Parts: sequence; C-alpha cells; structure tokens
Amino acid sequence: MSYFKDIFNAVKTLLTGMKITGRYFFVNLFTRRDVITVQYPDNIDTLKMHDRFRGEVIMGHDENNMHQCDACTICENACPNGTIEIIWDKEKNPETGKTQKVLLNHIYHLEMCTMCGECIEACPSDAIEWGQNFHHVTRDRSNLTKSLNRPESILNPNFVKSKK
Amino acid sequence: MENQMENQEFLADKIRTQEYQLNMGPQHPATHGVMRMILQLDGEEIKNVEPVLGYIHRSIEKMCEKSSYKQIIHLTDRLDYLSSHMNNEAVTLLVENALGIEVNDRIKIIRTIIAELTRMASHQLWWGVMGMDTGALTTFMYAFRDRELINEIMEETCGARLTMNYNIIGGLRYDIHDNFVKRVKEFIVHFKEKLPEYDNLLSNNVIFRKRTEGVGIMTKEQVIAYGMNGPTARASGFECDIRKKLPYSAYGMVDFEEVLRTEGDAFARYKVRIDEMWQSMNIIEQLIDKIPEDDFRMKTKPIIKLPKGDFLQRVETARGDFGVYAMSDGGKNPTRFKFRSPSFANLHGLNKMSENTKIGDLVVNFSTIDVVVPDIDR
Repeated sequence: MSYFKDIFNAVKTLLTGMKITGRYFFVNLFTRRDVITVQYPDNIDTLKMHDRFRGEVIMGHDENNMHQCDACTICENACPNGTIEIIWDKEKNPETGKTQKVLLNHIYHLEMCTMCGECIEACPSDAIEWGQNFHHVTRDRSNLTKSLNRPESILNPNFVKSKK
Repeated sequence: MENQMENQEFLADKIRTQEYQLNMGPQHPATHGVMRMILQLDGEEIKNVEPVLGYIHRSIEKMCEKSSYKQIIHLTDRLDYLSSHMNNEAVTLLVENALGIEVNDRIKIIRTIIAELTRMASHQLWWGVMGMDTGALTTFMYAFRDRELINEIMEETCGARLTMNYNIIGGLRYDIHDNFVKRVKEFIVHFKEKLPEYDNLLSNNVIFRKRTEGVGIMTKEQVIAYGMNGPTARASGFECDIRKKLPYSAYGMVDFEEVLRTEGDAFARYKVRIDEMWQSMNIIEQLIDKIPEDDFRMKTKPIIKLPKGDFLQRVETARGDFGVYAMSDGGKNPTRFKFRSPSFANLHGLNKMSENTKIGDLVVNFSTIDVVVPDIDR
C-alpha cells in the first residue's frame, strides 16, 4: 500500500513544481509580464548604464580641448597592476618662466585594468573619471591600449589641484 | 540451468576485479570551475577522493606582499567572488582595527546591509547551481531572476555587479544611492513572495529529496575534526557563525538566529542555506530604516602604514569563516599576508563525506559544500 502512496506523493510534488513553471509559461506566453531574459544587442541604443557604473577610465575634456592632467603620476603609482603609463616632458612656461611637467601621453591598458578605482580615488585634480561604456570586444589585444588625452589637447590653465 | 550456475562460478573465479582510478575534471561542469579530483573507485563506489589543486593559482598572497594596503582590497574580490563584499570588509576591518579607526554607525550599517545582500545573491546562485547538479535546469533561471535584482542594486550603489570594491579603509567609496533604500525594500517584498517558490520547486521535490536525504552524513565531531565551517558545518549542529561569536560591523545591533540543523546530510546543508536567506532578509529589515545621517567616510592618512606586529580579522562570508592575517614591520606593505579561506577548509571533508557512496552522490556532496574554486587556489 505504501508503494502506491509513494507514487501518489511523488506525482503530487512534481505537480506542485509544474504548477509554478506552468503558470509562468502561460502567463508569459500571452502577456510577457515576467519575462526576464533579454536578447543581447536589442536594447543597445536605448540602454543607459547607471552613473557609477565602472566601464573604463576616461579623461574629461572641455569644449576647448583642455584637460586637467598635469602629469603628476599619482594615478600611475596608485594602480595595483601597472595599467597606467604616463609619458611627460618638462617645458618652460612662457608666462611665468618656470619649468613644469607637460603631459604627452596618458596610456591606459584596458586589458590589464581590474576596475578597482584606485587611480580615480587618488587623482588630486579630478582629471580622470569613470566612463560607462562596456563594449570592449575587439579582435586584437592592441586595440585595448588607449591614449586617454586627445590629440593636441592642452592643460587647462585655470585648473586647481584640490587637496584630498 | 545447472550448467549456467556452474558457468557463473567458473567466471567469478576467473575474472579478477580491482579498484581503479578515474579523473573528474579539471574541465567538468559539475566541479564549478577548474578543479580536478582523482577518484579511487570500486565499481561505481567511491573509495577515495583526492582533490588536485593549483590549476588557477595566481599567488595572490605574494601579490599582497608587494601591494599597499589600499591595493590589497581589490585583490580579495578575486578570491571568493560571490562574497566579494565580505572579503573586502575583512581587509578593511583588519587595517581599521590595527590603526584604531572607529567608523561611525552609518558606515557599519551600510556595510552590513550590503554584506547580507551579497550573502543572499551568493546563496541564490548556489541554489540554482545545486538544482542543475541534481538535474533540474529550471532552478537556474529562477535563481537568476531574483539575483538580477540584487545585482541591479549593487550596480547602482557600488558601481559593479560582482566585484563591488565598495569598502575602502575608513569607510565606503561612495555614499549610498538615493534609490538604495527604496530598491532594497522592494527587493525584500519581492523575494519574500518568491522564496516559498524555491521550496515548492526543489526542496519538496521527491526526486531531489531522494538524492539528498541521508547522503554524505557528517557528524558534529567529524565536522570539527576536519575544520569545516560555515553553513556546511552548521548543518551538523556545530555553532560557528562569526556574526554571533565575534560580532563585527553592525551585527551586534541586530537580533537574528543562527541557523542550525542536526542531521548533517546533504539535505540539511541545503536547508541551512535556504533558512539563512530568511535570516538575511530579517537582518536587512531591521537595519534598513535605521541608517543614520552621517559621513560615509572617515578621515585617513594618504599613505597607510600599519604598526609593527601581527593582526587577524575574521568575518563570516557566504561560505563560512574567512580569516585575514597580516604581519607588518611598520612599512607600507605587509611582510606576510595570509588568507584562511572557508572553501579550502570545507574541501577537506569531501573525502569523508563521499566514502562508499556513488559518483552521483559525490556531485551532490560537492555542490552542497558550495566551494568556489578561486577561493581554494589563491
């Protein structure tokens, strides 16, 4: 007798589970209310990431092609995996006559970056910030090495180095 | 008929049976990562399980010795990636305790809420994978439906979905997002409705019950002897919750239950984690309205140097007791940094658990001790 009881209980528990899956199946078949999966490139044009999303490190430029980086190399030292390389030179400022560092190339190796945020945390002049782009797929690894400062961009003369 | 009997006896004398070895992994879907196990088998019965480690060893402890204390935090994300927030918390608490920084209640409470959300996300993923290992593919999608909501909260507040990196020494990287409280409350309402579905889909399912009940029994003495911890050990009745024993962050302020079971089999280990999700929701509900207005970051020196000496900090991750040990000579980097990972300790029990069981039970046992392979190979 317990044999049939076992079968009955087994079928009952299976039906309990199938009730749940069946409900979702039929409700979503007609209304698509609880559909949770998304086709990947479908919403790519309308997709907006959250402001804090860490996609890549970028350098902000204003409308006159000016950035805030004075090549202090604090971010280079803060980075745990050698993602950032800064190439700079010394140049004489024509106004004040003092020699100062000038940023030539802010090289960012995206392929090595772990998005830990230590560089942006350390930057004393808010020159670098988070970008929300996450489409980094490429056929060649060398495409991931980027130069963050735009060509012919210069240091903003009014920039302030905040003390953090 | 008689002839046949004679024939069989003759064959039994003639054919020798012997134990043999079989490799499981390193690329096996049921091993949750790159994990190789050498099985000593007698027919289908397991005589011995020998895990082989080192396939994804990244020498993180050595890397920590070269890094400053701020840089170490992001490396701990890569150990047990499913409880990354608690791993980060362990390092930050260690440094804060060593330097004597007392963080305010706001930081403590936010850290605790995020830790509990992470614990739930981890258990949800485990539940989905547990179903997959026992042959029910549906559970994976249902678990990810609910986990997605937590990931969304994390993405909005911490900036990343899995390796959050939200803790820094002396506080939090950002303040909580304006929507954080609202979204967490919405999630709790949603998940309270959906968690009974987990029971109906899997816990009460007769096939699942037959596969887990009475499988891989560990007694309390064995669990202690093998150094197991976390939900795996609590299923055998061993009280080992660090949140209760050595309360850190805001766990001293809340009233919650340490989930204990006494059966010690695979189903008990399963049930402990399901009940822990209820307890996590209980903790979040108590704290979510109590976040005080305050700074989200304490003032620290730009270069952090620990005083000379040894320091230890233990936290409870989703897998158990995670320990961080640092030896400092007073400089910027630690001279020795050691992680005591819960998955590695739990793996010791696998051999005892799977003694004289079938290969199918090994998969269940391996799934219920809930290992994360990067946590074993550091």
